[in-house]
This record gives sequence, C-alpha cells and structure tokens, in this order.
Amino acid sequence: MYRPAAMQQAVLPTYHIDAENPDRRGRALADLGAGFTSWRLAWALARLDLRNRYRGSVIGPFWVTLSMAAMVLGLGLLYSQLFQMDLQSYLPHLVTSLIVWNVLAAMVADAANCLSSADGVIRQLRLPLTTHALRCVFRNALNAAHTLPLILVVFAIVGHWPGIEVLLLIPGLAVLAVNALAVSIFLGMICARFRDIGPIVTNVMQMAFFLTPVIWKPELLKENAVWLPLNPFYTMLEMVRGPLVEGGGSLLTWAAALGYSSVLLAIALVFFIRFRNRVAFWV
Amino acid sequence: MASISARGLRIEFPLYHLAARSLKKRLLAKAAIRLKTDESNRVVVSALSELTFDISRGERVALIGTNGAGKTTLLRTLAGIYEPVAGQLEVHGEVGSLIDPAAGIDSDSTGRENIVLRGLYRGMSESQIALLEADAAEFAGLGEFLDMPTRGYSAGMQVRLSFAIATAITPQILLMDEWFLAGDADFMLKAEERLTRLVTGADILVIATHDMNVVRRWCTRVIKLEAGRIIGDGTVDEILGPAGA
Repeated sequence: MYRPAAMQQAVLPTYHIDAENPDRRGRALADLGAGFTSWRLAWALARLDLRNRYRGSVIGPFWVTLSMAAMVLGLGLLYSQLFQMDLQSYLPHLVTSLIVWNVLAAMVADAANCLSSADGVIRQLRLPLTTHALRCVFRNALNAAHTLPLILVVFAIVGHWPGIEVLLLIPGLAVLAVNALAVSIFLGMICARFRDIGPIVTNVMQMAFFLTPVIWKPELLKENAVWLPLNPFYTMLEMVRGPLVEGGGSLLTWAAALGYSSVLLAIALVFFIRFRNRVAFWV
Repeated sequence: MASISARGLRIEFPLYHLAARSLKKRLLAKAAIRLKTDESNRVVVSALSELTFDISRGERVALIGTNGAGKTTLLRTLAGIYEPVAGQLEVHGEVGSLIDPAAGIDSDSTGRENIVLRGLYRGMSESQIALLEADAAEFAGLGEFLDMPTRGYSAGMQVRLSFAIATAITPQILLMDEWFLAGDADFMLKAEERLTRLVTGADILVIATHDMNVVRRWCTRVIKLEAGRIIGDGTVDEILGPAGA
C-alpha cells in the first residue's frame, strides 16, 4: 500500500475525454499501440481459447489435422478422376488451396464475432479493442499451425518441391496476417452493430468457395482465366499458392492482392477511427 | 495529485434492436423521461445527463440512488469504458475498478491460471504477476483447489477467488460497486481488513452502494443520483441527515 514520494510526484496517468473534441484518430492509434504492446495478453487468451475448445479431447487440435488429411485424400482421389488429372500434379494444388482456404474461411467467420463474443470483458475492463482483434488473429494462426504442415507432408509424398520462389511465402503470409487483423477489426465491429451481417458473411464465404479456384485449377477456365484477379479471394490464395505450387504467381495477382489488402486496411482503419468508442454500446 | 473532474457529462444508450416503429411510438408516447430519440432518430436511453462534479484527493464518495439511477454506468464511465456523447471528463491517477467480480475469469482455467490471466489483463510484468499470484493465492485460501478449474468451485469459493484477485491492487483511484461488500458474514470478517486497507490506501474512492452503513462508515461525501442526474451532492450528514437521526 505504501507508495514512495518519488512515485507520487511522477506524472500521473491521465484519462481525458472531451466530447466536443474527441480526437478520434489519436485515440484509435493509441488503442492500436496499446494493443500491440500488450500482445502477450492476446497471445495468452488465444492459447486459452484453443485449450478450452479441445478440453478433454485426447488429441485436441490435431483433430483438425486429421480431418483435413482425410478431406485432402478423399477430394484428391475424386476430383483427379473428375478432372482427369494425374494425382501427382493435382494433389499439390489441392492440398495447398484447401488448407489455405480453410484458414481464410475460419478467420473470416471468427472475425465476425471477435468483438461480440468478448462483450463481458469489453463492458467491464478498459482494454484496447486491438487486443480482442489480435486474440482472434493469434487463435486462427495457432489453428492454422495445425494444418499448414500437412502441405509439406503431401509435397514430400508426391515429390513436388518449389524452388527459390518459396521465399515469396514470407511477404505472402505477412500480408495475410495484416489482412486478418484488418478483417477482425472491421467485421468484428460491423457484426457487433448489425447482427445480420454474420450470417451474410457465412453465405458469401460459401459462395466464394465455389467461385474461387480451390478445388478446380485456374487453367480449367481457359481464356477466361484472365478475369480471376478480380476475385479478391483468388489473389489472397495465390499469395501462398503461388510461391508453393505455381513458381511464384503472376505479377498481376500480386499487385491485385496488395491492392485489395490496402483497400481493406484503409476501410478497417477509417471504421476503427470513427466508431471505436461506440463498440462498448454495441456489444 | 489524483483527481476527477466532470463537466456536463452525458451518456446515452442507443436501443439498436428496436426497429419496429409501433414499439418506438409506444415507448415514447408515455411522456418518457429517460427515453428519447437522438439526431439520427434512434431511441436512446439517457443514462446520465449533465453531470458536473469535481473529486479531489482524499475524498471518499458514495454514489447512492435507486436501481437504474446510473450508479454503475457512472463508475464505468469513470473507468473509461463508456465514452460520453457530450461533456468532458478528466481523470488523473491510476484507476482500479472493482465493478464485476467475474470479469475476465475463465471458468476452464484453474484458480492460479486465473490470477495470472488477470495480471496480464492489467498489463503487469512477470515479476509483478508473481507477486500478485502469491498475494491472491494466500488470501483466497483455497488450498489444493487453487489448481483446479474454477468451473468446479462452489459459489463461495468463486467469490473468494474473485475478491482476492480483484483486491490485490493498490490503485490511486478506486472505483467499486457494492457487490464487494455483499459477501457472507464469515467472509466479510476476513475481507474487512483487506478492504479497509484498499479503501484507505487509495487517494480517491468512488463507491456505488445502497447500504447507508457503508456510506457512514467509509465515505466523506455523497452524490445522489436519480434518473441519471445529480439531485444531491454534499457531505454525508447533509445528504442523509445527521447520524442516528
């Protein structure tokens, strides 16, 4: 209970808010800053989420690994027949697409309720909203870590090894991580305010799965394949699939991916700055 | 020096999920006092309006008023959870809020893990967390149950744990909701000393309560709220009448 005099003289933490002059941008940036500085909290919460989700299960999150392996095997055998492609060339495409798509879809679905599911904490403790978004990103990253290695296993089995272009995976995954955070903030907020957006998001993702070359290969579109970069999901997928399967991916898809990412980031940031202080009333 | 200063503070809760026009009309028809529509034509509850007050170092303030008067909302506003739609608020000093006992408790984690988690929520360093753990564990007195998931705790054990975690702080400004004083008699006896230490150690105490004994015992000032407005602000004797009367 004793506080030395020196500490009392120190500058006190000050919380100042003036509704006439809200300084929304300053506060939003401070929120982001505080959220990143306390990343350990988000990480601890994400690990807790994973542990609690598989509480009592013997192999826990490795169930995801197993079911993904089964799915790749099943779909690989079926669609290589349907598309009349040999397994050697089809499997590397399928395993990468399917796993990355699942990571993306899980991320988006989780982002939609990353704030509304944290309502108890948001209304009781003053925490940066960034912490909740980061928690969602970390949670999905941990989940992804349980399926992504399967890609290597399949590559080893069919003997497909990418060249030096595999280094492009680093910027690819980094951009995906930034997008994951932007999506968590944006969808998290908008779904907290409008409860109908969540189901819409689910439907959009389902539709996008068929419109995006996940199971089918882009070559099947023949000359129409030039329109593919218009599909943002395709470009996101290509940032991982390009380096691993397609010799790096085309410059156009990379440019499109970066373009979409910047737009998403900008929208999320504007939204965050404008509405951050309303979230406590929304959740 | 710790201080709180509020000028014309207003908090409104929008009722978003009231889309139906008829319901809206019915709600607003009966000369509504606290329901109104804001500029975007949404129904809002005015939770707090035109609050102006200053609290300086050494003051122990009780917020009193009937249920729904806005006591807890004011505490949350002071804690920085709700941002006002009008007015200014300035809080100098490190704030510790004891508003909801279960906030941030994960029922799948053990008592010990929950203590560490709370330390992380508060942004503590590893060494501070170790101190917190030792202190809270000792006070909670859960023995071997400390390493069991809190899901399996009895209600009393849960209160002990939340209380131990929540009160293992030394804030300059202590915001407290009355549940902290609502434990069973045995527990309160044990909690008494710890609570007194916490309350007297803080530079400023703001406590929301219905219990006038608490007010007389611990507070130097009373702010009386009604329907989100201040209807009385003065010393304990001024607002409640002289002791024993």
